[in-house]
Amino acid sequence: MRSEMDYSKKKLDEEKVFKDPVHRYIHVRDQMIWDLIGTKEFQRLRRVRQLGTTFLTFHGGEHSRFSHSLGVYEIVRRIVDDVFDGRPEWNKEERLLSLCAALLHDVGHGPFSHSFEKVFDLDHEQFTREIILGDTEIHQVLSRGGSDFPEKVAEVIAKTYHNKLVISLISSQIDADRMDYLQRDAYFTGVSYGHFDMERILRVMRPREDQVVFKYSGMHAVEDYIMSRYQMYWQIYFHPVTRSAEVVLTKILHRAKELYRNGYSFKQDPVHFYSLFQGNITLEDYLKLDESIILYYFQIWQEEEDPILKDLANRFVNRNLFKYIEFDPAKEYKKYSELESLFRKAGINPDYYLVLDSSSDLPYDFYRPGEEEERLPIHLLMRNGELRELSRESDIVDAISGKRRTDHKLYYPADFLKDDRSKPSIKRKIREILDI
Amino acid sequence: MTTLLKEHVKLMSAFSACGEIIGRKKLQKMIYIAKKISFPFQEKFQFHFYGPYSEELTLRVEELCNMGFVHEEKEKKGGYYQYRYTVTKEGMDFLKLYEEEIPKLKECVLHMNEQSARFLELVSTVLYFDHLSEEEVKEKIFTLKKKQNYTEEEIEKAYQYIEKLKGIAKPH
Repeated sequence: MRSEMDYSKKKLDEEKVFKDPVHRYIHVRDQMIWDLIGTKEFQRLRRVRQLGTTFLTFHGGEHSRFSHSLGVYEIVRRIVDDVFDGRPEWNKEERLLSLCAALLHDVGHGPFSHSFEKVFDLDHEQFTREIILGDTEIHQVLSRGGSDFPEKVAEVIAKTYHNKLVISLISSQIDADRMDYLQRDAYFTGVSYGHFDMERILRVMRPREDQVVFKYSGMHAVEDYIMSRYQMYWQIYFHPVTRSAEVVLTKILHRAKELYRNGYSFKQDPVHFYSLFQGNITLEDYLKLDESIILYYFQIWQEEEDPILKDLANRFVNRNLFKYIEFDPAKEYKKYSELESLFRKAGINPDYYLVLDSSSDLPYDFYRPGEEEERLPIHLLMRNGELRELSRESDIVDAISGKRRTDHKLYYPADFLKDDRSKPSIKRKIREILDI
Repeated sequence: MTTLLKEHVKLMSAFSACGEIIGRKKLQKMIYIAKKISFPFQEKFQFHFYGPYSEELTLRVEELCNMGFVHEEKEKKGGYYQYRYTVTKEGMDFLKLYEEEIPKLKECVLHMNEQSARFLELVSTVLYFDHLSEEEVKEKIFTLKKKQNYTEEEIEKAYQYIEKLKGIAKPH
């Protein structure tokens, strides 16, 4: 017991700092945080990009989940050490737990998580839990803080910990996770949206029983944050070219899985994919996956015999993505059926080459004021001590949070359709329908 | 023919069976419970303030409303808004074209729609922690859902209800 206490409170002889382009410096004083950063499971995050396929649209978007995780840790550290410290609502005993949860919140993410989860029915949150509680270096480090400490960290990340204030630091409508990724993604992609006055937001944060609230005087900084969320979504996260890359990536995985199931003989055994194809992936297998491994297979699949896998891999590696048109499935579903049948006649498999992508395929939570919803909205702390929901006080937030925007796009391989060497009349008909 | 909007269609099937679903919380919990008792819904759920919640589901319902396939009616109730969902005529026409029968789904959602949102919230929370023992689940509910004041009796009923639903869902 004594040694657990000692380890939890143990500080490094001198502070370590990581240079960071977003927060300037990331400060580490706690031995446990330093040890966690050094684990192989955490180091693996260097090899997983934060924004998946976005680098194909914004070439600067190559930053890793490693740098984002350090950033989230640093924001929480500033909140608990500089803003909450000494306030009666804040229990200092939760400090290290909050820092560990912030650092490890994304540790279960794999390469191109979104597509992988969809195709292979995986859940990165389940892997996060297994990494924290299973036979891993991270588990060993956390256990030095007490036998129940790893479970507490897992609960905070899964949002089932009893102290909701701790959860809200890394997971709420305005949390360290979002504050880091908005600024980091804006910085690396090079766009001018995504910036907001984080220092001001941190200064007006106040801990309450269940959540963090914001002093009314800081409302404009919070408005700016909401605007940046809104703009980053449409400009970066939901960019149609990035979606096209996701579509192609997803189809590569589907094709490889289907070929494997049909007994296809790959030129080189895709050993890293076997357990994914078989649906029995273990933590050990999962931790071996990173983007270098996946891109290696995409590289060699360009030489495969199967024309679909070969073509799709080539498209991804060489960025020859699908083009798109706006599509309204409610009004145009008959058109879709017609296209599907024409694609088949033209010898282009519509299961892989005609893809309807909807905004719900890439869920990103817009700010919603709450009401009957599950998530707590952002609350402003008024001068008289009353709490008011943000959109009731801010016209700007009210204007964008009530607005619904959903969108559907139809993706297709324009080069195939323009190649009139075979089935020219059918392809012409397809082009007429697509109006291209 | 590929089913267009396959996941949306499954949701519409569930909504049309109910006629009307009152409340966003109820809708979320019904789909979560159906998924947990093995109906093929693909939406990802996470634990949020009041239990399992899916952003993907919220977005899909918004898309269905924007496409005119589902009608959402917002009404003021006390201090908050309540939402009612029904499938429109256009939605029913689309469903006729693309609906794939999911055996027993309709019976299950109809049954759930007769329960209160509060009870379904409890049932979904029990299912969320189904890897824990009954005692541990109770402890979780008393800690995480302190404000809802659920009783031991209600938790017992939730367990019985899950068994009943599984019975209905089981293929005969």
